[in-house]
Amino acid sequence: MEQFLQQMVNGISLGSIYALIALGYTMVYGIIKLINFAHGDVYMIGAYIGFAATTYGHLGFFPALLLSMGLCSILGIVIEKVAYKPLRESSRIAVLITAIGVSLLLEYVMMFFVGAEVRSYPKVLTNKMFHIGNVVINTQQIYILFTAIILMILLQFIVQKTKTGKAMRAVSIDKDAAQLMGIKVDKTISYTFALGSALAGAAGILVGLYYNSIDPLMGIMPGLKAFVAAVFGGIGSIPGAMIGGLAIGIMETFVSGYGYSMYRDAAVFVFLILILLFKPSGLLGKNTREKV
Amino acid sequence: MLEIKNLNVHYGVIHAIKDISLTVNAGEIVTLIGANGAGKTTTLRTISGLKKATSGEILLEGKVITNLSAPEKVELGISQVPEGRRIFPAMSVFENLELGAFLRKDKAEIKKDMDHVFQLFPILYDRKKQLAGTLSGGEQQMLAMGRALMSRPRILLLDEPSMGLAPLLVREIFDIITDINSTGTTILLVEQNAHMALSIAHRAYVIENGQIVMSGTGEELAKSSEIQKAYLGGK
Ligand SMILES: Nc1ncnc2c1ncn2[C@@H]1O[C@H](COP(=O)(O)OP(=O)(O)OP(=O)(O)O)[C@@H](O)[C@H]1O
Ligand SMILES: [Mg+2]
Repeated sequence: MEQFLQQMVNGISLGSIYALIALGYTMVYGIIKLINFAHGDVYMIGAYIGFAATTYGHLGFFPALLLSMGLCSILGIVIEKVAYKPLRESSRIAVLITAIGVSLLLEYVMMFFVGAEVRSYPKVLTNKMFHIGNVVINTQQIYILFTAIILMILLQFIVQKTKTGKAMRAVSIDKDAAQLMGIKVDKTISYTFALGSALAGAAGILVGLYYNSIDPLMGIMPGLKAFVAAVFGGIGSIPGAMIGGLAIGIMETFVSGYGYSMYRDAAVFVFLILILLFKPSGLLGKNTREKV
Repeated sequence: MLEIKNLNVHYGVIHAIKDISLTVNAGEIVTLIGANGAGKTTTLRTISGLKKATSGEILLEGKVITNLSAPEKVELGISQVPEGRRIFPAMSVFENLELGAFLRKDKAEIKKDMDHVFQLFPILYDRKKQLAGTLSGGEQQMLAMGRALMSRPRILLLDEPSMGLAPLLVREIFDIITDINSTGTTILLVEQNAHMALSIAHRAYVIENGQIVMSGTGEELAKSSEIQKAYLGGK
């Protein structure tokens, strides 16, 4: 039982990181129907920004988080403008291949500048352990959870209540109709990339805290897992991405927690295959659902 | 108010609109009638900025606005109710109406216009928290019209508001169109239902294969034998 609860705690903190990344996938998919394969790399760059900000800039956790979110959102906007916008009228496969290209570009440009070696993340938080019964929660996990929850609430607020959020929803439902309301589609797409990338930047720092190490290819696996999470939740659905992220995180920690850590990545992809076979639209992905 | 001069529109090699000219004066209801595929929707989409013209001019109160973007044209006072309604099904009725006023900042006036829309379409008031996708076809048409009015347009473009509605409801919608016009909104109405359209229009144009083949007052065209044969069931 304690073992179970402990895995739950670990799974939820890992899962909330996946959820943050999955949100970016799902929002971008909702609005331009693109699986943005470069998204995992934005998250990697977020982790490096956090690394630089804390190691060289001696910033604390929250300033570093904000800095990483800000810079990643700019990066997201630039990627969209440079790589995807010129292809707005092209076939989806052309854009998809471009996304893979952008992903490789970011990985190897980073490798060129920072080297391929794994770096250990600085300890920005004093690590305390809290015991609740025999279940242990550490400071990192509390920060991860707290940050992820705040960001998700903020995102829901933006999407549901603000004018920009309403524009994003309108564009993702019907671009022509949205334009007839006076909504500028290009600007709205930029906002969507900015928001999604900011969340990825936050996730980058959080994962640095969680695993204590970063490298230029670190975005690939979590990126793919977050993508699976988004598909599981129903791609295009914001609540779906949150639930999907948690589910994948919990699944992964349980698989490794019970002695099968060799198979934890494989398990996620077997899971993807099962979803695609039995429920390709995902948990909340229905046509009538709200999609962003 | 709205003037179209020698407009040409293409879809690739398809020449959908061929040298069309038409005028809508302030305060008028003008209708553009024609069969399937004649080019009615294309004409409206070009006026509203969703489709680019290949040549020709569109003028709004003397100002050339031919290929401005759709949002820019909304800003200038052109509002379109698109074919098939195109409401936002996953949003509430209220949110749909709010989006209609997207470019406006005058909160108090927006509220007034919202009340006015609810007055025109009381059913929308009862349904305002409901998802728009769950409305009936007639209610969706009302919502699409209400949403278009929320931008407080100078000219309202309506694309086949009668489509898929029962005759009684069509009557009601057309009465409301007349109401909207009588409070000062100029209207360009596209219809296949020539009978209804001609009965409320001040003036009318007939479009065939992308060309205007006839024009006149609503009354004149309703009496014309060619129109009777082609569009009014040949009485
Ligand atoms: N997206 C498109 N691509 C290619 N051709 C198109 C497109 N949209 C319309 N057309 C063509 O342009 C012509 C005019 O179409 P349009 O939709 O304007 O007609 P319409 O008068 O509105 O017809 P309906 O009464 O059926 O709505 C048709 O021949 C149609 O096939
Ligand atoms: Mg049409």
